[in-house]
Amino acid sequence: MPGIRAGLVVSAVVAVSLTVGVLVNAHDSNSTAQGLAAWEQVYSVLISPRCINCHTATNYPQQGDDRHRHVANVVRGPEGKGVPGLNCASCHQETNADSTGVPGGHNWHLAPLEMRWQDTNDRPLSSADVCRQITDRKRNHNLDGPGLLKHHEEEALVKWAWNPGRRPDGAMRTLPPLTHEQFVAATRRWVEAGTPCPQGK
Amino acid sequence: MATASKSSDMNRRGFLRVSFAAAGGLFVSLYLEPRFAFAQEAGGQPQAPKNYPPDAFVNIRPDGKIVIQVNRLEFGQGVQTALPMLLADELDADWSNVIADLAPAADVYKDPMFGIQMVGGSGSIAHSYQQYRELGAKTRAMLVAAAAERWNTTPAQCRTEASVVHGPGGRSATYAELAGDAARKPVPANVTLKKATELRFVGKKVKRLDSRPKCDGTLKFGLDLDLPGMKVAVVAHPPVFGARVKRIVDDEARRVEGVRDVFEIQLAKGSGVAVVADKFWPAKQARSRLKIEWDTTGLDKADSAELWTRYKQLGSTPGTVAVSNGDVKTLDQLPGDKRIVAEFEFPFLAHAPMEPLNTTIRFDGDRAEVWAGSQFQTVDQMAIAEVLGLKPEQVTFHTEMAGGGFGRRAVADSHVQREAATIAKRLRGTPLKLVWTREDDVQGGYYRPMHFHRVEVGIGADGLPAAWRHVIVGQSITADTPFAAFVVKNGVDSTMTEGVADTHYNLKNHHVSVHHPKVNVPVLWWRSVGHTHTAFVMETLIDELAMRARVDPIAYRRRLLKPEAKKLLRPLELLDTATARWRNRLPKGHALGISCHESFGTGVACAVDVSIENKRPRVHRAAVAVDCGLAVNPLSVESQFQAGLGFGLSQMMAKGAITLKDGVVEQRNFDGFVPPYIIDAPMAVDVHIVPSTEAPTGCGEPPVPVISPAVANALARLTGKRYRSLPLVSL
Amino acid sequence: MATYQLNINGQRKEVNVDPSTPLLWVLREDLKMTGTKFGCGISACGACTVHVAGVATRSCIVPVSHIGERAIVTIEGIGQDTVGRAVQDAWVDTDVVQCGYCQSGQIMAAVALLKHTPKPTDANIDESMGGNICRCATYVRIREAIKNAAAELTKGGE
Repeated sequence: MPGIRAGLVVSAVVAVSLTVGVLVNAHDSNSTAQGLAAWEQVYSVLISPRCINCHTATNYPQQGDDRHRHVANVVRGPEGKGVPGLNCASCHQETNADSTGVPGGHNWHLAPLEMRWQDTNDRPLSSADVCRQITDRKRNHNLDGPGLLKHHEEEALVKWAWNPGRRPDGAMRTLPPLTHEQFVAATRRWVEAGTPCPQGK
Repeated sequence: MATASKSSDMNRRGFLRVSFAAAGGLFVSLYLEPRFAFAQEAGGQPQAPKNYPPDAFVNIRPDGKIVIQVNRLEFGQGVQTALPMLLADELDADWSNVIADLAPAADVYKDPMFGIQMVGGSGSIAHSYQQYRELGAKTRAMLVAAAAERWNTTPAQCRTEASVVHGPGGRSATYAELAGDAARKPVPANVTLKKATELRFVGKKVKRLDSRPKCDGTLKFGLDLDLPGMKVAVVAHPPVFGARVKRIVDDEARRVEGVRDVFEIQLAKGSGVAVVADKFWPAKQARSRLKIEWDTTGLDKADSAELWTRYKQLGSTPGTVAVSNGDVKTLDQLPGDKRIVAEFEFPFLAHAPMEPLNTTIRFDGDRAEVWAGSQFQTVDQMAIAEVLGLKPEQVTFHTEMAGGGFGRRAVADSHVQREAATIAKRLRGTPLKLVWTREDDVQGGYYRPMHFHRVEVGIGADGLPAAWRHVIVGQSITADTPFAAFVVKNGVDSTMTEGVADTHYNLKNHHVSVHHPKVNVPVLWWRSVGHTHTAFVMETLIDELAMRARVDPIAYRRRLLKPEAKKLLRPLELLDTATARWRNRLPKGHALGISCHESFGTGVACAVDVSIENKRPRVHRAAVAVDCGLAVNPLSVESQFQAGLGFGLSQMMAKGAITLKDGVVEQRNFDGFVPPYIIDAPMAVDVHIVPSTEAPTGCGEPPVPVISPAVANALARLTGKRYRSLPLVSL
Repeated sequence: MATYQLNINGQRKEVNVDPSTPLLWVLREDLKMTGTKFGCGISACGACTVHVAGVATRSCIVPVSHIGERAIVTIEGIGQDTVGRAVQDAWVDTDVVQCGYCQSGQIMAAVALLKHTPKPTDANIDESMGGNICRCATYVRIREAIKNAAAELTKGGE
């Protein structure tokens, strides 16, 4: 879909220039405050179970709204895809399997350890810590602000959070606190404000 | 394999039958009647056998294959190899041509000691050891007699080896060649069994006969059965035990393609809703779409938290006396530092055999055919007959290989078979396979009961227990079953006190009493029964006493055991020497745990090397020393112990408990009730067998009791804490 | 109902089933291949493990509609593979099985492990076999058999 891609590139360029603009007009405290507010919205999604369950600091993913350790001793493995004999793909297919309650999506895997949003006791990191991680190009696959926006807008596993399918008991999985559109909009506002991060811990 | 039989000739010692295979070959079957001999020894009246299937124990086929019928269920314990070993050794059969077959339900296959066809009490080898050896020896004698007659010589001039009779002058004949003549020989009344030195493979490591088909997918378990036109049923069971269906809304369920019928059925307790479909998946899908209102009026809604409160209260008062030796009142005068007061809690446990419970039945009006992996053929056959309005002999009962059981396939009320029969009755003429899903299994009751123990131990000046007062609270497993007559004496169910009341420790002042509360949760024996909890209580307390006395835990036990407790003293001695090289030189962060316990006539001593990894115990190495009399198949004994220790660790799993809230079981499947995975099991297990020529005793259950206390004792050394409640939720 | 062309153990099989049906039940009931076992139905025990495009897969929770063209190998077919045969032989030689019900799945997981990790460490075994339950707990011999199979397969190599 070259047309769409081109469009995105255009918007990315716009975003970059906006970002640059913000930086040029430095100390626009109003914009930073708006950006930080937008970030908190983004953060509320990131630490929702649909996202954070696969951004662990441990050797395993989590499951469920109570974020319990994944059953059957599933482990991270060298590439975040489990180990031979017990891969993510041993169960998780390209799409959700609603008749059996197994979620699925393309390239189902754990986020790498450098993208962890939890501590080793399975507690979510603070807003400031997650923000620092997500904006640190050494720890975010070298994404700049527009790159992050694109990731939130298009990445299949990100979008899966808003189409998480049914649980084994037949009920729908709960969704993140914002809609995907709201999430993308919040990300855009945050990126446009120069991806500001809260201070402190 | 259809066989038509002809000419049965019964005499007081057994009977023979020549049968012709549909394929044309001559099959000779020797039918011996072991129960008769046992009945005579016991002074009882021999009963005429009835309902014999073809090929009662030995079938020497024209192709040289020797088919041996195994009179009980194989579900992992290795009996399908060990019993044929006993028979084939006395028979001097060529082992490579021995085929083992699981016998159907019939009087001739009843356990010689129990009088019903069953597996339990670790009695498979213990009870059928003599029986199978005699069967082999008698069959051999008849083959030799036939050969001697053929060669005009005497049996004494003949010898046998690898399914061949050798006579004078270099003559020889195979068993297959002689089988026809042998079948016409009288069954000898008495035979001389081999001396220990003459045994060819009994006592040696023999590999299982069922390995290959279990490794290539060809072996058929009960659940794998497929019959033409067969339907599959699942049942919606009541969420509270004994509840009844008040109202069913089944429109959605009936709309599932492949669903044939939905109806209420009577259960052993309460009622349920059966869904019958062409296949399993539609049946299960339909069940999940049922809307059922349940009537729980008048039912006790068991609740684990409430039960603990009640049990604890009961445990603080003396109960029905099981043992009263000497005087334990001295306890009340002892100062606190000379007294241990310990309270233990053990939850309900599910057996959760890997193969979910199932039974297949075809009811044809005047007869029925059943396929089931049953530990209780006689009981289940009678129950099915009752439901179908038949006599037991009208119910042909095939024993199917079972994927584990651990007691779960030996249920006095035969509730699974009754359920299957109730549905099959309605389907008359159509085979019906009832499948219990894992959820049915985990939530379906028949658990190892909850237990509470309160123990007060007074410590003597010598560091040994001077007085021991013990109260146990738990449901009676056998109350309200026909087994109560044998097991419950003076209000005490001995399956709850075994391991305490009959302890081999020399406790001169010993008082044991029990409470058997009534609780609306069906309970059952779980591999090693009462020993599952009594061994934990005894062995962690003894360890605590040894530690307080600053005595080596093995030495302390040897000092305290009665001198006649040979079955424990010998294993402790062997364990002491066999583990001398490693047990007191463990790496930093590791600790040693010791236990010993006798159950089902087999004594076991256990040592474990444990550390704490990821907040869980890790058993790097375990060693057991075992006195089980003659180890018929030492390889099987080794396997039973290696794996049985892992099974025993079920009790220690963080999610190793069944709990109830407001009458409903809180766990559903292996996500809530979690058996040990490979990381939870010992990494290596050394099995040391005490050399013995004594009669063999069981090895199915005795591995289980020793491991949990041994691990808890090691953990106590690592953390300084005593672990009194299972499962081990956190460290 | 829908028709699926499945590639199982190198053979083409056609089934007509409800798309929601897990592969396990298609194998067991429609194709009468009962070597693959039902243990829990929630992917917690591994008794149902088969290989789908070389990945050890829990067939009890993967609907048949998700399989597509990918090749399926079951316990009935794994013996045609060098590693598969070696693992089965090691299992028999090591006298691993007891009740045997879980062993199809254990073997399928072990084959997947050895195909990627010819000389597995204890830690590799713990992780790769970590999701397969053996209720008899034959784990000591499972571990031993994997090492025996690995030794047999790497013999003469290097």
